[in-house]
Amino acid sequence: MGIVDIFLLEALINGVLLGGVLALLSLGLNLIFGVIDVVWICYAELIMLGMYGMYFLSGVYQAPIVLSAAVCIIGVGLLGVLLHLLVIAPLLGSPPINQLLATGGVLFFLQSAATVLFGVEFKNLGLRLPVLKVSGVFISYARLLAFGAAVIGMVLVYLFLTRTYTGAAIRAIAQDRQIMTLMGVDSRRIYLITSAIGGALAGLAACLLVLQYDVHPFVGLSFGPITFLICVLGGLGNFVGGFIAAFVFAEIISLGGLYFDLEWGYVFAFAFFIVMMFVRPQGLLARRS
Amino acid sequence: MTRSLRWLAGAFLVAWPFVYSAPYPLHIVVVVLIWSFAYTSWSVMGRFGLLSLGHGGFMGIGAYVTALLWNYGGISPWIGIPLALLAGGLLAVLVAYPCFRFRITGHYFALVTLALGGIVLQVITATRDYTGGSLGYTPERYQGGSSLYALQFSGKTTWYLIALAVWAAGLYVWYRVDRSMLRYALEAISEDEDAAAATGVHVTAEKLKITVLSAVMTALGGALYCQYQMFISPDTVSGISISLQMVFAVVVGGIYVSLGPTVGAVITILLAEGLRVSFGTRAAGWDNLVYGVLLVLFIVFLPKGILGSLLDLRRTRGPAVARGA
Repeated sequence: MGIVDIFLLEALINGVLLGGVLALLSLGLNLIFGVIDVVWICYAELIMLGMYGMYFLSGVYQAPIVLSAAVCIIGVGLLGVLLHLLVIAPLLGSPPINQLLATGGVLFFLQSAATVLFGVEFKNLGLRLPVLKVSGVFISYARLLAFGAAVIGMVLVYLFLTRTYTGAAIRAIAQDRQIMTLMGVDSRRIYLITSAIGGALAGLAACLLVLQYDVHPFVGLSFGPITFLICVLGGLGNFVGGFIAAFVFAEIISLGGLYFDLEWGYVFAFAFFIVMMFVRPQGLLARRS
Repeated sequence: MTRSLRWLAGAFLVAWPFVYSAPYPLHIVVVVLIWSFAYTSWSVMGRFGLLSLGHGGFMGIGAYVTALLWNYGGISPWIGIPLALLAGGLLAVLVAYPCFRFRITGHYFALVTLALGGIVLQVITATRDYTGGSLGYTPERYQGGSSLYALQFSGKTTWYLIALAVWAAGLYVWYRVDRSMLRYALEAISEDEDAAAATGVHVTAEKLKITVLSAVMTALGGALYCQYQMFISPDTVSGISISLQMVFAVVVGGIYVSLGPTVGAVITILLAEGLRVSFGTRAAGWDNLVYGVLLVLFIVFLPKGILGSLLDLRRTRGPAVARGA
C-alpha cells in the first residue's frame, strides 16, 4: 500500500468513526423535532454542560468514570425536561420562529452561565486513551469507543421506539399530533418523555465527546451548527436520513481535511449541504412531491 | 411623532457632538449607531418572517472585502465598499434564489442561512494567510491620520456624523419598504404563500428583493464597522453569535417598528458596556447571561419587543398615534 493510500484509508476510517458520533448527536435532535416539532438551537449547549459535568465528576472529584457518565446522562436528561417545561411548553402554540428564537436565548444563557461559573479556560479530563495501530493505520481508541457507544445508543433508542407501548405512542404523535390526543394518549406526558430521552442522548454524546475534545463554554458552537445541518440534510425528524447524512458529512469533513485543511473540510460540508438543500429540500430520503 | 418633533430630534442629534464631545460617550454612540443600522438591516427582512441566522456572514463579507481590497489592491474604500456590497448582494442571490424557488421556508430557511454564516466564518478562518484567521485583521493606516480617500478619520466627530447619516438612511429605507407595495406582498406571503401566489404576487421575486436589500445593507454595516474600528475578526463581525445577537437585539427592541432595532441596540450595548465598566473583566459572560434570559422572557411574554409593546399600549389608551413611529 502506498503512503497516500494509508492516509486515505485512515481518513476514511476516521470519517466513519466521526460519523458515528455525529449520528448520535443528530439522533436526539431529530427525535425532539419529529415528536414535538421544535428545533432546540441550544442542543449543543446541553452537551457542553454534560461535558463539564464529566469534567468535574470524573476529572476533579475522581468519581469512577462509569458512575459519572450515568450521572451526566440522567442529569442532562433532566435538563431536557426542564427546558421543555420552562421554555418550550409555554410556546407550543406560537409561531415556529419564536420557538427557535427562545431556544436561541437559552443558548446565550447556557453559554454565558458556563463562562461565569467555569471560566473560559479549556479543560480536559487529563485522560488520554491509547491509539490503536492496525497495519499502519492509526485509529484513536476514544473515537472507536465513541462510535461503539453511539451505535449501541441508537439501537437502544430504536428498540425503545419500536418495541414498547410508549415508543409506539411517541411515533404516533410524530405522525399526527391531533388524532393521538383523541386516541387517549397524553401528549404532554409524551413530550416530557421525549425531551428526557433527547436530553439523555445529549448527555451520552457529552460523555463520549469529552474523551476526545477539551471542554470550554463555546465548544457547543463548534459542533452545534453541523448537527443541525445533518438533521436537515437527513430530513428533520427522519432518523434513518439523519443517520446516513451524518456519515456523508463526516466523510466530507474527513477527506476535505486530508486533502486541504480542516476548515476547508467544513466549508465543503456546508457547501454540500446548501447544494443538497436545492436538490432535495425535504432531506436525502424524501420523495419529491 | 409629529414632523416638527422629528426635525428637532434630527437637529439635536447632528449638533450634539459639537457641544459635548468626550471621546468615550461619543465612541459608544457611534458603535450604537453602526449596530443599530445593522440590526435595522436584519429587521427589514426579519419582520416578514424571513428569519435569517446567517446575517453575520453578510456583515463579515462587507468588512473583509473592503479591508482586503484596501490592503492588497490599494483600492480606496470608496470603490471597495460598493464592491463589498456587490459581493454581499451576489451571495444573497446565490443562496436565496434557489431557497425561494424551491420553497424552503421556516425552520429550513433559518438553517440554510445558518449554514451560509458558517461557510463565511470557516472561509475567513481557513484563508488565514490572507485574512489573519481568527486572530483578526487590520486595514493599513493611510499615511498616519485622517484621509477622505482612505475613509479613515482620527476624529470621532466625523465618524459620528457618518454613522448618523447611514443610520438615518437605514431608517429611511425601512420607511420606504413600510410604505411600499412590497410590504403588502411580503405580508401576504408570510401568511400564506400559495394564497399570495394565487392573487398574483410573484413570491420568489418579492422575497428575493427584500433579501438582497437586507444583505446589502448588512454588508454596508460591516464595512462601516471595519473602517471605524480598524480591526475586524471573525468573532466580532461574523459567525453565529453575531447573527444571533442581531436577532436578539431586534426582538428585544421590537421587530415591527422602525426604531425597534435601534432601541434593541441601545439596550444591549449599554448593558454590555455598563457591566464591563462597573465590573471589569469579572463581568465577562454576564451580559450574555442577561441577554439570554431576557430573550426567552421577551419571546414568551412580549413578542412585540419593548418599543412595539409600548406603542401598542399608547395606541389602545391615548388618541390615535402615528403608526410605526
